[in-house]
Amino acid sequence: MLDTAPAVRKASGRRSSGRARRRRGPRLGPYLLIAPTVAVIAILMFWPMIQIGIMSFQKVGNRQLRGEPAESVGTENFDTILNDPFFWQTLKQTVLFAVVAVTLTLLVGTLVGLLLNKLGRRMSSVVAGGVMVAWATPPVTAAIIFTWLFGTTGGVVNWTLDLLPNFLVGGGWADYNWFATPLSTYTVLTVCVVWQACPFVAVSVLAGLKSIPGELYEAARVDGSGPWRTFWSLTYPMLKPIFLVLVVMSIIWDFKVFTQLFIMSGMANRDAFNLSLYGYSEAFGSLNPKLGMGSAIALVLTVILLIVTAFYVRVMVRQGETK
Amino acid sequence: MTTMTTRRPAGTRRRPPSRRLRRKIMLNATGVLVFFLAIFPVFWMASTAFKPNDEIFSTTPKPLPAHPTLDHFDVVLNGGIAEVSFWEYFRNSAVLALVTVVASSLLALLAAVAVARFRFRFRTTFLIMLLIVQMVPLEALVIPLFLDLKQLDLLNSLSGLVIVYIGFAVPFAIWMLRSFVAAVPRELEEAAAIDGAGPIRTFFRVMLPLVAPGLVATSIFSFITAWNEFIFAFTFLDDQNKYTLPIMLQFFFGRSGNAWGPIMAASTLLTIPVIVFFLLVQRRMVSGLTAGAVKG
Repeated sequence: MLDTAPAVRKASGRRSSGRARRRRGPRLGPYLLIAPTVAVIAILMFWPMIQIGIMSFQKVGNRQLRGEPAESVGTENFDTILNDPFFWQTLKQTVLFAVVAVTLTLLVGTLVGLLLNKLGRRMSSVVAGGVMVAWATPPVTAAIIFTWLFGTTGGVVNWTLDLLPNFLVGGGWADYNWFATPLSTYTVLTVCVVWQACPFVAVSVLAGLKSIPGELYEAARVDGSGPWRTFWSLTYPMLKPIFLVLVVMSIIWDFKVFTQLFIMSGMANRDAFNLSLYGYSEAFGSLNPKLGMGSAIALVLTVILLIVTAFYVRVMVRQGETK
Repeated sequence: MTTMTTRRPAGTRRRPPSRRLRRKIMLNATGVLVFFLAIFPVFWMASTAFKPNDEIFSTTPKPLPAHPTLDHFDVVLNGGIAEVSFWEYFRNSAVLALVTVVASSLLALLAAVAVARFRFRFRTTFLIMLLIVQMVPLEALVIPLFLDLKQLDLLNSLSGLVIVYIGFAVPFAIWMLRSFVAAVPRELEEAAAIDGAGPIRTFFRVMLPLVAPGLVATSIFSFITAWNEFIFAFTFLDDQNKYTLPIMLQFFFGRSGNAWGPIMAASTLLTIPVIVFFLLVQRRMVSGLTAGAVKG
């Protein structure tokens, strides 16, 4: 079922050109069909994005929430955050987390994908089904489960670490508090996010592997290529387009991770903030909401992600996805 | 590839059987290990939900409950966790998800037909727009949308929330559905046209039945989007009786963080429908997300 897409795509090109020949002149049809979607996206996505841009140069607080007009403050919001070491610490944490989580997600996901491809058919679908369960778990539940697994009382991770020999993992795990420092909090967050994200990578890699003709591997084997060399000079180049998409999507997802961190560490624990939690907490976190400041932080996040998205769109267009 | 490495024609270089067997055992053992690691957190959630308290906080945790109990589910289902009954949250979540599914599928079907069946100006622009909006950080949009809904007096209401969910579900639904529409043979539509069926009749008699499986797949995806959503529901809803299940769970978790039995029971109830639905459509979801990249 995974490999229906290529056939579909090829067929669509042929048929659409047939259609174009048959009909002539301006037609309203397709525009009417996409009009509702365009309206919905314009109102719910594009207009709010513009609003973020406008509000990041304004002061929007309790008075504005009561209906007074917003005050323009020029670049004050940006001056404040860019000169605040806390913003840079948050940005650093966001970037570091994304780098580590993306790397681990791709590494683990690819290994699982390669494994699924080697396993027999029945075993492969059982393991794939198990891996899928991680992907399907709602983020809120995932965060709560990992808080419980890494809990101080009754947590199974501390119990296991305490059982392991001391020379391997050190001692004193029994009542270790994983949510006391940003580093340990992010460790739990990374495990949780990688657990949820690597199934997508694994299944995509599997789909890609299935699309590589078996004769190529036969040829590589006849030429005496070992498994390592076969991976780097055959599998990797063939899967490169998929890896590009997966890397970009993972970066975007991990950069804006919110729900899991919000549940695990909460808004009171400022030291563990990432950009999206910081922006949210400025806007909604206190009795003195600073929606303008929150917008400025959200704008920084959006601009970073738009740059990554531009790269993603370029990759997709090159691969003929928008044909 | 699997067939190549395991079933080699006799007579070509073959490894001694013992080594091949060992390799096969190693592979399958790794498979079993990956399977258990992957499901462990969800398994532990369900297992905790059925354990009595002394087993939950035992200093030597056991994988399965020795004396399974339904007490925690009783606490969750019969109103012990908040002032409002569990079924009210369940109903809020279900209504939101169903309306999102119906509305976003309808919008997506129309747009998917346009994109898959017609060539028109701005078609590529439209497709690129779909790609971009799927990547927009919703965590950032929550601030302006909060103000917009406040102005429209739609905060703290499920109808305000559902509009937002529809907007989020539509782009991916179109992206996924368009390959299903394109896969319907054009010859069938032409045959119907020759037999005198108008475009509307052709759509309902030919296109719709053939696209139905794709519609089911995208619907389940939209369902999960709405069912799992956290940040907007958390920000927009004030009254407890309007909370959705994820918000209820977070609220309960924040208030009684150590009542792991009921928390895990509630998590189990929230998670099971999603996992079932997800396993039904996961393959189509992947092909929708990475389709073009998989081209051989």
